[in-house]
Amino acid sequence: MSKTSSTITLDGVAKSFGAVRALLGVNLVISPGQCLGLVGHNGAGKSTLMHLLAGTLSPSAGTLSIDGHDHTSGWTTAKAQVNGIRCVFQELSLCPNLTVAENARVLHDNIKGRGWKSRAAKLILDKLDQVFPGHNIRADDEVADLAIGKRQMVEIARAFTETTQKLGLVILDEPTSSLDAITARQLLEYVKAETSRGLSVILISHILGEVLSTADRIIVMKDGSVVADKPAEKFDRTSLVAAMGSHQHAGEAAQMALSKDTPRAPAISTIDGSFHVDKGEIIGLAGLAANGQTAMLLRIYSKRACDVAAPVAFIAGDRHSDGIFSLWSIARNATARSYAALARSGLISLKNETNLANTWKERLEIRTPNMDNGILTLSGGNQQKTLFARALASDAEIILMDDPMRGVDVGTKQEVYGLIREQAAAGRSFVWYTTEFEELAHCDRVYVFRNGQVTTELQHPDISEQRVLQASFTELAT
Amino acid sequence: MINKKLLRQALPLVSLAVVLVATFIVQPRTMSYFGLNLMLQYAVPIALATIAQMFIITCNDLDLSIGPFVGLVSCIGATLLLDSPILGIAALAALIAVYSAIGALIQLRNLPSIVVTLGLAFIWLGIAVLILPSPGGKAPIWLKSIMATQTPIIPFPIIAALVIGIAIQFALMHTSYGVIARGAGGNPVALTRAGWSMLKTKAMLFGIAGFFGVLSGLSLLGLTTSGDAHIADRYTLYTIAGVILGGGEFIGGRVSPIGAVIGALTLALAGSFLIFLKISPDWQIGAQGAILIVVLALRALVSRTGKASQ
Repeated sequence: MSKTSSTITLDGVAKSFGAVRALLGVNLVISPGQCLGLVGHNGAGKSTLMHLLAGTLSPSAGTLSIDGHDHTSGWTTAKAQVNGIRCVFQELSLCPNLTVAENARVLHDNIKGRGWKSRAAKLILDKLDQVFPGHNIRADDEVADLAIGKRQMVEIARAFTETTQKLGLVILDEPTSSLDAITARQLLEYVKAETSRGLSVILISHILGEVLSTADRIIVMKDGSVVADKPAEKFDRTSLVAAMGSHQHAGEAAQMALSKDTPRAPAISTIDGSFHVDKGEIIGLAGLAANGQTAMLLRIYSKRACDVAAPVAFIAGDRHSDGIFSLWSIARNATARSYAALARSGLISLKNETNLANTWKERLEIRTPNMDNGILTLSGGNQQKTLFARALASDAEIILMDDPMRGVDVGTKQEVYGLIREQAAAGRSFVWYTTEFEELAHCDRVYVFRNGQVTTELQHPDISEQRVLQASFTELAT
Repeated sequence: MINKKLLRQALPLVSLAVVLVATFIVQPRTMSYFGLNLMLQYAVPIALATIAQMFIITCNDLDLSIGPFVGLVSCIGATLLLDSPILGIAALAALIAVYSAIGALIQLRNLPSIVVTLGLAFIWLGIAVLILPSPGGKAPIWLKSIMATQTPIIPFPIIAALVIGIAIQFALMHTSYGVIARGAGGNPVALTRAGWSMLKTKAMLFGIAGFFGVLSGLSLLGLTTSGDAHIADRYTLYTIAGVILGGGEFIGGRVSPIGAVIGALTLALAGSFLIFLKISPDWQIGAQGAILIVVLALRALVSRTGKASQ
């Protein structure tokens, strides 16, 4: 297929929400056939920039032009569609009550009339086969029945589908956050192949390795403006992190000195004995996405077929559906797990609530002028911090974490890693499901899951990407 | 997985069968062409109103004005439509346009549909009472003759309900625009991002609901042969119950047109069943509520076992 993408130019584009200036004035040229990496802290303005390109927001100042034609006024989602701009948003944009094929139809106005269903099915399945070979998704699967990783795959594949409208630019916001290592690699390879054929892609990711290896050009954003814009080979991990303005804690520093010799009290053990957690331990759950890790967390949480010795708190990864109370204030969200402790003669003491919320605002550096603001005023990373605050502020001794760092920036991650270690040293136990290998380095032990079963247990010094991959795939290898 | 879905889809049908068999046992004479016809004739207007409610629920709204609206249509049908058909048709078309505009208003101003339609209910009732202060008027001849149709072997109400159910099922579940309508309930943000207008979609769905509300009122008038502002006050609850009984959910764009029609039939039958049991009318609405609770509890149970086995 021949793609004649156009050059999209942003000139001094700025966006304010009331007093908050999310974008200060961005100049950006997106040329055809280029994969543009976009990195920066949470709240640096990446998402705002992407919403402007997608037409869901309109700029407060500046111009947006395509091939030299000014499109700034009346730039809407429909216009963006016509100009071949597609977005994969961080929060999923599929209709959960529709099937995979029907969701493909939603994106394409021209799939209608007789036989539309089979055309939509073919379109999306062909693309899924292309991007994620071996995906195991059927066109008549209802999206609500798919695991989050599979939903993400459908959404990504859908963004790359083409009918009569030409495809010019695909914006991927944290596309790999819910994908396992294999599918993430498949996607990045597909992105490379497509850009070499003339498509433009903007890749927003907190996983720097993937941006460095995939992007042709990388721009770094900080506090609403572009602070660096260079070809990808001019960057390496250190310089990228330096440009973002956070200190890179060397991976080594993250390794903790474990006091293995002191016997610890057991915190969790399953009836069949295949899984146990001791007091003060950080346990990683690894393996391909959706292979039973979340089910294990839920099993512990509901104390099914396992002994749990202490109060438990759960930190959700899918924060929009399982985590935040979107109509509540930040303070309410942070203290929701601690009402018993906050109560005075049966009523919640507002003073205690405020104090507790402010303590954790400071400890976690939740970036907000006022904890009484709505939770949705926070950026994604800070919302996630609030969920951490909810668990850590509570009386829970065991903290279950369901891939909690999804779409959280590097700086925040480091802060939270430090906090987890500090809390573990104080005697709390953590059970941590993560899709990122780097995070397993923070664990004392790792259980690798496959098809709902623990296949391998790795002790701290032996935890490595290779070993985990091996354990996730042994069945396929033999 | 598949079992759970099948079970959920079968539940409305099973509920209908149970109520039907119970009715046959209590009053064996109903097991005839004539008996079924008599028992189910009022199911047609209820089914049409339930379809109207279903289109509103599809986009996560609720219509608390459908009962008085059906009553108003019956009043217009018994007066204006009889005296000057053109004026009558224009009035009914205007009502549909108002429905559509209400949908647009709800979307545009982000209003809670429950509040808006609750207010509307009184407006519809007020207009109906102005048109026909006391029950009366006369149904147009053609309307009466349509509703008195005698079909061979299978009674007319059953055929009518089947046709309505299957036609809407096809339109909403199997056409490309039905997908957009359900998507509007499933994830309105996603729909907007894909370039669709929620304003148009909602105006359209409310307009369709108004259209079926008009059909419901006219078919009811054809049966009762005279208009009454209060004739369909109970419909509001019947229709919501019918949609939910038929497998629909209040939010998320999950509805089933055939299920809704079956739900309406079940509720209509339950009414007759309770009469045969000689339960006083004072208790009937409570007894119908009890039936509803039992069915919904069963559904929750089915969903739960389905989830646990996952």
